[in-house]
Formats: sequence, C-alpha cells, structure tokens
Amino acid sequence: MALDEIKIGGLGASRRRVEDNRFIRGKGNYVDDIVLPGMLHMEILRSPVAHARIKSIDVSKAYDIPGVRLVLTGEMMAARNLAWMPTLSYDTQAVLATDKVRFQGQEVAAVIADDPYIAKDACEAIVVEYEQLPAIVNPMQAMSADAVIIRDDKENQPGNKVFDWEIGDKAATDKAFAEADVISKMELHYPRSHPSPMETCGSIADYDRATGKLTVYMTSQAPHIVRAAVAMVAELPEHMIRIVSPDLGGGFGNKVPIYPGYVVSILASILTERPVKWIEDKTGNLISTGFGRDVYLQGELALRKDGKMLGMRMKTISDHGAFYADAQPSKFKIGLMHSTFACYDIPTAHLESVGYYTNKAPGGVAYRCSFRVTEAMFFQERMVHAAANDLGMDQAEFRRMNLVQDDMFPYRTAFGFLTDSGQYGKCLDIGLKAIGYDGYKAEQLEARKRGKLIGIGISTMTEPLGAGNSREYDILGIKMFDSAELRVHMSGKAILRTGAMNQGQGHQTTWAQIVAHELGIPADDVTVEEGDTDTAPFGMGTYASRSTPVAGAAVAMVSRKIRAKARKIAAHLLEVSEEDIEWELGRFYVRSNKERGVTIQDCAMAAYSNMPDGMEPGLENNAYYDPPNLTWPFAAYFVKVEVDAETGVWDVLKVVAVDDCGVRINPMVVEGQIMGGLTEAYAMASMQYQTYDEEGNCIGANYMDYLLPTAWETPGFELHEVVTPCPHHPIGAKGVGECATVAGPAAFVNAVIDAVGHTGVRNIDMPMMPNRVYEALMTGKDISGMPPVKMGD
Amino acid sequence: MYPSRFGYESPKTIEEAIALLDAHAGEAKVLSGGQSLIPMIKLRFSAPEMLVDINGIEGLNYHRVDPDGSIHIGALCRHEELENCAIMEEHAPTIAAAAPLVSDPIVRTRGTFVGSVCHADPQGDWSATMTAMGGHIVAQGPKGTREISMKDFVIGPFQNTLAFNEIAIEAVIPAPKGVRVGSYLKLERRVGDFATASVAVSLEMNGETVVGAGIALASVGGRTIDASEAAQSLVGKKITPELIAEVAAAVAATAEPRTDHRGSSDYKRQIVKVFVSRILTGLANTSQKAA
Amino acid sequence: MTSLYDEVQAAPAPGVATRRVTIKVNGDDRTVDVEPRLLLAHLLRQGLKLTGTHSGCDSSNCGACVILFDGRPIKSCTMLAVQADGHSLETVEGLATASELHPIQEGFKEEHGLHCGFCTPGMMLAAKALLDQNNDPTEDEIRWALSGNLCRCTGYQNIVKSVLWAAKKMRAESN
Repeated sequence: MALDEIKIGGLGASRRRVEDNRFIRGKGNYVDDIVLPGMLHMEILRSPVAHARIKSIDVSKAYDIPGVRLVLTGEMMAARNLAWMPTLSYDTQAVLATDKVRFQGQEVAAVIADDPYIAKDACEAIVVEYEQLPAIVNPMQAMSADAVIIRDDKENQPGNKVFDWEIGDKAATDKAFAEADVISKMELHYPRSHPSPMETCGSIADYDRATGKLTVYMTSQAPHIVRAAVAMVAELPEHMIRIVSPDLGGGFGNKVPIYPGYVVSILASILTERPVKWIEDKTGNLISTGFGRDVYLQGELALRKDGKMLGMRMKTISDHGAFYADAQPSKFKIGLMHSTFACYDIPTAHLESVGYYTNKAPGGVAYRCSFRVTEAMFFQERMVHAAANDLGMDQAEFRRMNLVQDDMFPYRTAFGFLTDSGQYGKCLDIGLKAIGYDGYKAEQLEARKRGKLIGIGISTMTEPLGAGNSREYDILGIKMFDSAELRVHMSGKAILRTGAMNQGQGHQTTWAQIVAHELGIPADDVTVEEGDTDTAPFGMGTYASRSTPVAGAAVAMVSRKIRAKARKIAAHLLEVSEEDIEWELGRFYVRSNKERGVTIQDCAMAAYSNMPDGMEPGLENNAYYDPPNLTWPFAAYFVKVEVDAETGVWDVLKVVAVDDCGVRINPMVVEGQIMGGLTEAYAMASMQYQTYDEEGNCIGANYMDYLLPTAWETPGFELHEVVTPCPHHPIGAKGVGECATVAGPAAFVNAVIDAVGHTGVRNIDMPMMPNRVYEALMTGKDISGMPPVKMGD
Repeated sequence: MYPSRFGYESPKTIEEAIALLDAHAGEAKVLSGGQSLIPMIKLRFSAPEMLVDINGIEGLNYHRVDPDGSIHIGALCRHEELENCAIMEEHAPTIAAAAPLVSDPIVRTRGTFVGSVCHADPQGDWSATMTAMGGHIVAQGPKGTREISMKDFVIGPFQNTLAFNEIAIEAVIPAPKGVRVGSYLKLERRVGDFATASVAVSLEMNGETVVGAGIALASVGGRTIDASEAAQSLVGKKITPELIAEVAAAVAATAEPRTDHRGSSDYKRQIVKVFVSRILTGLANTSQKAA
Repeated sequence: MTSLYDEVQAAPAPGVATRRVTIKVNGDDRTVDVEPRLLLAHLLRQGLKLTGTHSGCDSSNCGACVILFDGRPIKSCTMLAVQADGHSLETVEGLATASELHPIQEGFKEEHGLHCGFCTPGMMLAAKALLDQNNDPTEDEIRWALSGNLCRCTGYQNIVKSVLWAAKKMRAESN
C-alpha cells in the first residue's frame, strides 16, 4: 500500500515547522546566544561624518580603561595587509578607514574588551580628527564634472563612475520607437531601503592557536562563500577555516556580504588568542550594511495605438555607496535588471545602466531583491500603469493584451531570457474578480464627488529565480550550483545536509518534505542541517529565492540516487531482477505480485546487514545541482486604497495576491512567505526608506526614523493560488520567497496614483508618505523623493 | 546600547529622594517610567552621575477626579491607566483621546504621565494636553511644594523649570467652568513614530455654549505651542462651521513647524488646520446631540 | 555571588560599584550583584543565561526584548537590572511547564506565527499579557496590543491567527 503523502509530510502538506519547537521555547541558537570560554567583546567606532580625511587617531585614553584588551585602527590593519578587503563585485572595501572616511557610519576603529559596556566606554575615549570634505548623496551629484572624487584610493578610477553596462538590440529598439504611435515615459527613483532583519549582524571569531583552526560563528546566508573569502583575505588554508551560521534572525539579503566587523573580529581573535564576539547594534546595521535599491529610472514604452507594446527602452542610474559591494552574479553589473518586462510579449528592448559611487553605505543588492529584480519589476509595472493611462486604456485590459499567452511558451524575451511556463491570464482573472474590479470605476467617480479618493492598483510580473546555470552565473568565479547530502540510517531514519542557509524560510521542515515525497520516509524521520561548513556540502547559500529551485532540486536528486540504490537492494531482498521492481510511495514491490514488497526501511536495514553481493554497504549519497535554467514564478497583486484628500493619509482597503510559484512544497510556509513579502512591499510604499541630508547625514539609521510597520498599520491579505509546475525542476517548484517584495510595491503605488491621478499626477516616489500625497494632490505635479532631503526652513 | 557608568539609589520616601537630588547638586536625575530617560542614557545623549529611582515610593500612583471636577494625576500613574479609563472618558476626554496614542502599548505600561510632561519633549502628547486643559505641575523640594503652570514649566525643548532638587509629584487639571469636552488627534506614520503634528483641544461647555477654550499643538515647534489665544473667539458662542474655519486657520497660524522629511512647514500647518477643524466639528455635533 | 556580563565571578571587579538585587525569575528567586548601568535584558541573557529574550534595536522601538514585569509587558532593554529588585519577571522560558506548552506557544506553532523566531518570545509575552486581561479579543484588539512588537518576517496575519487560536484554547480550558 502506498503511503498517504500528506500524512507522512510530503509535498503539499502544511507540515507544522520543526524549527518552531526551539524558537517557541526561547531555545533558538542565534550568534549572540553563543558564549565561548574566555570570550572578549568588540565594539566598533564609526565615523560621524560622511566624507572626510582622517588627520589623526589617538587611542591612548582607550587603553586607560580597565578591561580593555586591544584597540585596532586602520593603520594596524594596514600593517597586516588587512585595511582593505575585496568585495563580492571585484572592488575593494575599507575594513578600518586609513586615509579617509567615505560614508557616515564607516568603521574607523575597534575596541576589544571584557564586556561591551567597557568596549563602548573605550570607543568614546578614542579621539579622531576629521577634515570634512563635500558629501555626495545622489548619482547626479556624483557625475557632475566638478564633483569631489570619492575613490581616490583607486588607480585609474574615472571620476565617480563604477560601471557602464548595456544589453539588448539598440538599433531595432530605436526603430520601434520611431514607428510608435504613442511613446509613454516614466522617470522615478526607487529609494534606498534596508532589509533590517530583526537580528543584526555579528560574529564570534575563535582562532585556536593549538590546532591552527579558525572557527567563526556568524550571521551569514552563505557560509561557504565566506569560508572561501576568508581563505583569500586572511591567507589561512581553507580546511582550517570553519564557518558556522547557527540560527539567523532574518536575513533578506542583509547577511550575504562580508562586513568589516567580521574581518576585524577574526584578526582580534588571532591577536588576543581568545574568542572575540562582535554584535552590531541596530544603528550600525542600518547605517553601514547591505541595503537595497537606490536606483533611478528613465523608462520609455513604444506603443501601437491599439495598445500593443512595440518596444521598451530603459536607462537606470544606480547609487552604490562608497564601495561597489553588490552581491550578485559577476557577469551582470546591474544584476538581473534585464529581466524587466519578461511577462510581456515585446519584440525588442534595450537597457542602458550606469552606476556611481556616493558617500553612503556600500551595497545595493539586498532586501529580497532577487538580484535587482525588485527594481526591474517595479519600474516595469510603473511604466505599464502610466502607459495604460497615456493610451486611455483600462489597466487590466492593457496588461491582458500584452501578457505572454499560455501557448507562447517557451518564450524568449527581448533580453534573451527563456521563460518556460505560466498561466498569466488566469491569475489576472482571479485577482480582478477578488478585488471587485468590475464596476469599481463607477464607484471611484461617485466617491470622488463625496470627497473620497479611491484607487485600485495592479502589478503583474514573472521573475527569474534560482540563479543559476554555470554557463552564465558565478560569484567571484564560483559557479552557482547547490548541494544536498543524504544519509539513511539502518532504521530508515535519515540525516540531510544542504549547502543552503535559511533565515526563517523553514528548510528544516520543507527539505524533509521533499525527501518524504521521493523516498516515502516520513518527514519527521529526517533531520535537516545547514550552515556548518565542516559538515555541509558546498553551496552558494540562500538569497535571491534560489534555494527551492537549486538546493531543493539537489535534495530531490540525491533522494533519487538513494532510491536507485534501494531499488537494487529491494530486488535482492525480493529475489527478482531489477526490471521486475515497481515503486510506490515508501515501498518497492514485484510488478506481477503487488502484495510482495519491501519498504524503504527494509532496504535501509539491508544496506547495513544484507547487501547484495558486490554492493558497497550503506545508503547515502550527495548531489550537486547545476540548474538548467532559471525558474519563472508569476504574481498578480491587486490593492485597493482610499486617500484622505485633506491630509494625504491613505488607507488600504483590500489586498489580493495571486501567486503561481509552481508546485508548493508546504502551502502554509508558502503563504507565510507571501504575506511577509507583501508587508515589506507595503512598508516601502508607505513609510520605510533611508535618505540623506546635504551633509550626508543618514536619516533612517535607527528605528525612530527607519519605520517598519507594526501589526496595527499592516493590512490583511487575501491569497489565491495557481499552480503551473516548472517543467525543468525535479519537483516542479519555482520558489517564492521574494515574489511579493518584488511585485508588491507597484501595486500599492499604482493604487494611490489611481486615486489621485485625476489631478494629472503620474508619479509619487516611494514612500508615499502623507505629505507627498497631499502635495501631489494640491499641485498635480509628480513628487520626487531624491536625496538630499531639505531640513529646516 | 550601553550606558556610561552612574550611581543608583532607590529611596522609599519623597523626602529621601529630594535629599539625594540636593546632595548631588544637579548631577542626578529622577528615574520614574524611564521610557524617555533610559533610551537617552543608552545612546549616551545623557550621562547623569546618579539616578534617583522613585518607583519604590508609596502613594504616588493614583489618578482621580475630585468632587469639584479637578483632576489629579500622581507622579507614578502609568500611561496605560489613563487608557480605556472611565473617569477620564467622562471628565477629561482630551486625556482619554490622547492616552492610546502615546508611544506604543508596551511603553505605556511603564512610562508615566507626569514624567512625560517633565521630559518636555516638543513632541510630547501630555504636554500638549496639559497646556490645552490649563493644567499645572505640583513640585516638591526641600522647602515644600509649589505649583507651576504649564506656561512656566516648559521653557524650551527638553527644558523644564524644576530646580535640581525638586521632584514633580502631581499633575493637576483645575476644576472646569462647565462640562469638559475635547479630543486629541495625532498624525503619525505608524504607532510609536514621532508625530508630524498633534492637536489637543479642550473645551468647557454650558449646554451648547462654549465657556472655556484651550488648544495646544505638539511637534510643530521647538516646544508645545499654546494656541488657546486663537481659540478664544469660541468663548460665549455656539460652535458654528464659520467659527470652526476661523479658529482652525488662526490656530494653524500659531504653529512654528520645521520642514523635514516628514513634510514641509506648510504641510504641517495644513494638518493642524484640518485636525482643529475635525475635532471642533465632532464636538459641535456631539453637543448638539446632547442638547 | 557576582554576575558581571558573561561569566559569574567570585568578587566584583576592583573599583566598580555593584548592588545586590533579588529578582524572581520564572518563579525562582535569583540573587545577583550587578552594576547599576546593566540593562535588565543583559542580566537575563548574559548573567542568567536566559537567551530567549532578544536584543533587536538600540532605540527601544522593536519589542524583541519584551518580558512580563509583575505581569505587565515591558521592554527589558529599557529597564535597569537594579530596578527589578523585589519584582517578579516572566520570560519565554517560563511559559511552558515541564510537560506542557502554553497555549500561546502551541498557537504560534499551529498557525505559523513565526519564521525566524527572533521577535517571537517578545511577541508571545505581549500576547499573553493581552489574553490575561482579555480572553476573547477581536483581531483589532490583538493588532493594537501587539503594535509595540515589530516582526519583519511574517506580515503579522498569522501572528493574529496564532493569538486567536490560543485565546480559544484558553477559554475552553477555563470552562
């Protein structure tokens, strides 16, 4: 009898989470929970100014404080060749500043002491003399001819430009624009936002002089990448480095980069011969670590008068902060920005992209962005919204006529991506019905007469997940495969280890479900581990929604390898040849006599006690999965809002989300990811951003200014599901972790623009705070949020 | 995150507390709710030598309405005791309206009304409420107690006129001339945010006629703005739409907001105008219904 | 007995003034010598090794450090350890008995009220404080009571469902 897949926790089971057992008891094991004997504590002194030469650093008074063990400065790091380190984008980043500070909050010195209170006292006693320089807070300032050069540490650095990049057929696209009936333009700024997981970054570095081994407990979404990078930077042999990511309190891309604090804590441990713990405070995290977005769009759509999209041109200008530290595949300077418009049938497109240094924290690729796909899809849906209005067409119908139809797959986009599956029109229909789209235009007109401004916003997109195939994708030259190792014990229980590293996505629960699906071993019987480079097979970590598509596929593949060996064992046990063996969930049986069978557990026992002649004992294997293509989930989001015309305050009346992420391993977990992403979308649309004043002071470096919505403001969500399996993924799954953060913001913005658009407004930059909405209503003009922000009258 | 070193005492009587403040000659601070003070010392914006914790002093946690209608709030009355509080809803509706909007629900279990007024934050909800209601602080020092009106109590951002050896032991709202009505509106982008603008309105009614009017603003100047002058045109009259428009505009003109990332000064004045208008319209409707 | 940060030491460090306090934590009296500036959250996490209470911000905004102080929810990062002298604290470690989870813990697991788990202890204790006063809250009342606790992962909807689940169980158990 085949097992009931749902009962054993296979695919489709809303299995309750294994990790919850410790978290609800307060027994999680986060980095700051770990205490090693003799451990010291490190605090970082940060620059209060955005751009300045360092004239002097005097640490003498810091050493006067009892309990201070070591003070590190840039000069001391430089003596060991550690003042600068490589970034994941082949640039260099200061570990501790030497010549200049280049953004407010940059690391200048570090104190290692008996406890963090003392370390903080000592930081205050360090005297740094700064000679301030002009601060650059947006790329337009950076590109001006007389702009101060930020990266004067680099040879052959052309002004403040980081890169130039383009893709697409410029000639064909220019031609399409020349022949267009209507050209719709959109310019906007996707503001800087910070992932801000609840847990900040941190590390405990423990260099054991006796064994020569360095162990670092740290908040990393990609421990193997860190091991490789540390081997490079610290010149320690790879096998003597162990990186352990224990439990992570959220990541969202913030915990991918390698931060100066980690490197300093490692050196501090080597020098003090004791474990050194560094836990960032929230200000340090917000002001200096990997942010997301901060890209300017100049977009144009070439349209036929009946609404058909003929071509798309996009220019993006990105703000990378002081060091180019994007965590993205090395071939793509602006990540997967060219996945924009992938859900629409457009014959030709061209993308030009330029990046600049500014006096702000380094980064740009983070915050559930799927490698800049958040920008790509936000730009897309904002352009689409404007284009529909420019044409005088209905938002839904304009999308419907241009969306890739079901029978057009596999579909090659204008930028060369191959999308392979989807039912875009069906998702659109479900959402339109659920949001009450029919007749809402009349409702809107009638409400406006009563002084109430209602709007509905739509956002539809397909995005590339599961980077990526080795032909095209690498980080620092390492290909982006992922891995799984499965060992089945003699009783049929198992342990699975993967190269992924979740930060709340529930891998301990969901990977076991894949094993249950493939092998019929109940999910409860499978232990799942991730995050320790000494035991986990090599993987590129968890970000860009790549784990289900890549590591999950590896889990399926290794399970199949196990099943293939178990089949041979079954044949041996049943005394038939392998061709006579059939499989049903949990059991091999003789085709001609279904009653005669052995369970997978029987096979496991036999692997240790009754192997066929010549067969290696044991039942374990591993799989390294190089994904043949990206996966392409589709999302259609619908938001209804009401704007208070006297104050600009807007309320969300309803949110409908239709997601097609292929086969869902655990529906409960999938829905949780979507709701979390929608909340981040709402946050960015309504209140959450980082900006800068003229002096480069960061506004948004603490939770008083960087606003995360609470349970009170956050709307409820109505979720719908469509399933179009991924044709190339072993279990048909596509991944979903970032979809809602990618597609969500445009739905909120489009809704508010729809509510106030009768004034002529075409754009309000996020966050659409009440004052911006009010100003738009009063002036009918587009509202830009580009820094610097004006402070004071 | 980590405060600098300080001494700590936990006196059992007010007299002991005052003696400690006296002994430390200006280098000591009173710790009551701590929801403003402790964050400041954690960020090292404040580094007192000594904290005098008054939470152990009996008899300071009360809130009551006296038979003459005056309201008395003791030094250790926590914000949350004024939320969903029948006494306040009946006798001090402005306080009842403001209470749920103070910070967030966790802060409200510890933070105190009186402590918040002493903190003299220009954003402070209670400072605005006290000002609109014409309240005063009762301070106790080595020589006894004295009353300090709100006007004389706060002289600048985070600056009150308590002597270094005085403790604010009570907030008093005097007996009203009529029936107290009022409300409080605050524009915050989310719970716990700094406000963009806040308006406290407290009227005293004789039937449908206004016999006393107080309006105060928070977050639109370097300190609480007392806009009661601009509301005096209501006194002796019924609340009409024309009067509402006139008062709303006059009150908005008293605001001194700064342009920042929450909005331009013009926008903040607009919010003041809208909030005054909405509160007065609501009060007019209620008083008509009551009549 | 002295507790100064990570390791309990035999005597206080020279020149550092400490104060002896006795605090009831999850039903047990604990006596420790602490510096006045030691935050209560740090005493719990480091001195008493109760790491379930988390440190999530430096401006008293996030609620990850919420515990119950004489039954009311407070931010343990915004209280000094010395202030807890003579008072009774409940942390997440005190929710379950030896044999049973608290209905709130069960509810969070049953309704997927957590992802990374970092905000969860504070969130559950804030919810417990609500249910101790109101055992049949509406969704709005729950969202209001939890508006001092930030969550970055869940989007709150399942947290509300978790609390409703717990309330239902607690009402059934008290009948």
